[in-house]
Amino acid sequence: MSELIEPQPPSPNGHAGGDVASEELVGHGHFVTHFDEPSLDYGLSETKITEATLEELRLIAARYPQARSALLPMLHLVQSVEGRVTPAGIEACAEILELTAADVSGVATFYTMYKRRPVGEYHVGVCTTALCAIMGGDEVYARLQDHLGIGNDETTEDGKITLEHIECNAACDFAPVMMINWEFFDNTTPDNATQLVDQLRAGVPVHSTRGARVCTWKEAERVLAGFPDGRADEGPTAVGPSLLGLRIAQQHDWAAPDPEHIQDRPGEEG
Amino acid sequence: MTDPLTPVLTANWADERAWKLTNYERRGGYDALRAALQMEPAEVVAVVKESGLRGRGGAGFPTGMKWSFIPQDNPKPKYLVVNADESEPGTCKDIPLMMASPHTLVEGVIISAYAIRANTAFIYVRGEVLHVVRRLQQAVREAYSAGYAGNNVLGTGYDLEIIVHAGAGAYICGEETALLDSLEGRRGQPRLRPPFPAVAGLYACPTVINNVESIASVPSIIANGADWFSSMGTEKSKGMTIYSLSGHVTRPGQFEAPLGVTLRQLLDLAGGIREGHQLKFWTPGGSSTPMLTDAHLDVPLDYEAIAGVKSMLGTKALQCFDDTTSVVRVVLRWTEFYKHESCGKCTPCREGTWWLVQILKRMEAGRGEPGDIEKLLDLCDNILGRSFCALGDGATSPITSAIQYFRDEFEAAMHTPAWELFPYERSTIFVREPAGAGA
Repeated sequence: MSELIEPQPPSPNGHAGGDVASEELVGHGHFVTHFDEPSLDYGLSETKITEATLEELRLIAARYPQARSALLPMLHLVQSVEGRVTPAGIEACAEILELTAADVSGVATFYTMYKRRPVGEYHVGVCTTALCAIMGGDEVYARLQDHLGIGNDETTEDGKITLEHIECNAACDFAPVMMINWEFFDNTTPDNATQLVDQLRAGVPVHSTRGARVCTWKEAERVLAGFPDGRADEGPTAVGPSLLGLRIAQQHDWAAPDPEHIQDRPGEEG
Repeated sequence: MTDPLTPVLTANWADERAWKLTNYERRGGYDALRAALQMEPAEVVAVVKESGLRGRGGAGFPTGMKWSFIPQDNPKPKYLVVNADESEPGTCKDIPLMMASPHTLVEGVIISAYAIRANTAFIYVRGEVLHVVRRLQQAVREAYSAGYAGNNVLGTGYDLEIIVHAGAGAYICGEETALLDSLEGRRGQPRLRPPFPAVAGLYACPTVINNVESIASVPSIIANGADWFSSMGTEKSKGMTIYSLSGHVTRPGQFEAPLGVTLRQLLDLAGGIREGHQLKFWTPGGSSTPMLTDAHLDVPLDYEAIAGVKSMLGTKALQCFDDTTSVVRVVLRWTEFYKHESCGKCTPCREGTWWLVQILKRMEAGRGEPGDIEKLLDLCDNILGRSFCALGDGATSPITSAIQYFRDEFEAAMHTPAWELFPYERSTIFVREPAGAGA
């Protein structure tokens, strides 16, 4: 079987840090999609976790019938404080839940939303799963790489933008889709994507196409940890494609049957 | 005769601030809960059983029957877990539902938890949808304030805690037993069955796990009756459901219709495939369901008819690809998805998806080698049915079905790169070709 193995060159394929688009693109738009991530960065030892953080971590643990269930939201809270999963954050979770650091680390490294290196103020995710990719997600992602001069899972030097190509985010009727701090940006083009990141870097407020004004990545992580930010009422109920079928039904006066007048046997219908 | 479209779950999506409790109640929201609380839990189960509701998350298992598997003589606590981890490529119905009308789900949660006598319910929502999490958190708080949840629900003596739990990015957690492990604070890896979750699920206690749309359908069934629900749909696939049309269609979007509508009917409503192009292939229910072609436009989109053409209704995620699309490229991307999302627990899936990607990558580049098609099929044969969970099976679906319908393209991959056969910019929605240039 050895003839099947294509040796992976260290760069651009398989390079953990990613490369700018011009290098990473291997032939007409295809790029390396997955690679081994490095383990936790133990280089930085300082931590922003305070007694107040520990108190909130304990609060999360107390919400569940069994405390360990709180681990995922607790790690979200760690990220909201630290900007990534840190060794200190892992220790804190482990101590509260009476687990080993290895247990917690094993969980933290399983899920893609937990980041092992510092994330910028804005996490920009471009969907490059099949449907978004072919409808333009590849072009959006490539343009952003070139525009920002960073590769996958890398952060701009000003600490503003972390770029990542992400998997399907359940918005395929709005393809190509981009997420900024996990808010939807629908029907993205290379041009509006670069415009958006420029605005973010310039400190201009940016609004989701059907959500809220974009908060920082750390603030988003805090909401995911279960601490609401009181902004659920921002944004519309639904837009565009979400309403298409409903609008057509309204135009034609189509509706579900009237419960008072049900035909007994659907098989005998029209 | 039932109308072609039947908005029930989507009926209030155009309402101003439909996510607010007062606006939901104005449309009769939580009346079904009041009605359910007047019934015995077993009666609620019976009504849902009688309605014929089947799981809307992919497998199509009868919801009421799933509920009836909960052993009520078991002294352990019972749990309801809503699978809101919508991640199957192409699937995009639960997210807009929870964004627009989270109370439809929350009311369904309370009725369903009451039916199975659970005092704790979880909504496990994928973490990558921040605003949906906000709306769910707020809806649950509103439900508590109104007395619909918490201690002594509406004065009946029934207690229910509802916990909104955000995941952290892992497709595998849509698999119900992996979801349970994740909800227990572990790596999301599937469990061996039996025991089934109904017997030993969350914390080894009896647990029901249902998809968002399944649970959200429950209030309408209680409010309007099992006969009303089963008056829609086909013989064994009852009720209305949300179809998600995406890809190269003129107007993609969500369509709530009785089960059994055809893709041709939905495409007609959506303005057809984008101008100047033809449908090439489509998925009936996400990337894990074998692809179909224009020969299947008139197959009723219900569980039985789609199974009859060797695919699965899945999540009703109708991803349409036109004649500009390289099937090899699309299949590679889906395979890379499965490789990325494989949890690593079992060898056929973990190693197999890796090998599949190696072969498909060189095929995309026109550097396929003699025997590669057979090798792909052989690998698929060694993954399908030999993996721990359905992820491995799903990973083989796009490959085997694509080779079945488009073998020529895989043959061409021995010498010509996909981007030469199908220039990639033509598949994007940015480039508008001059009139008459369609393939």
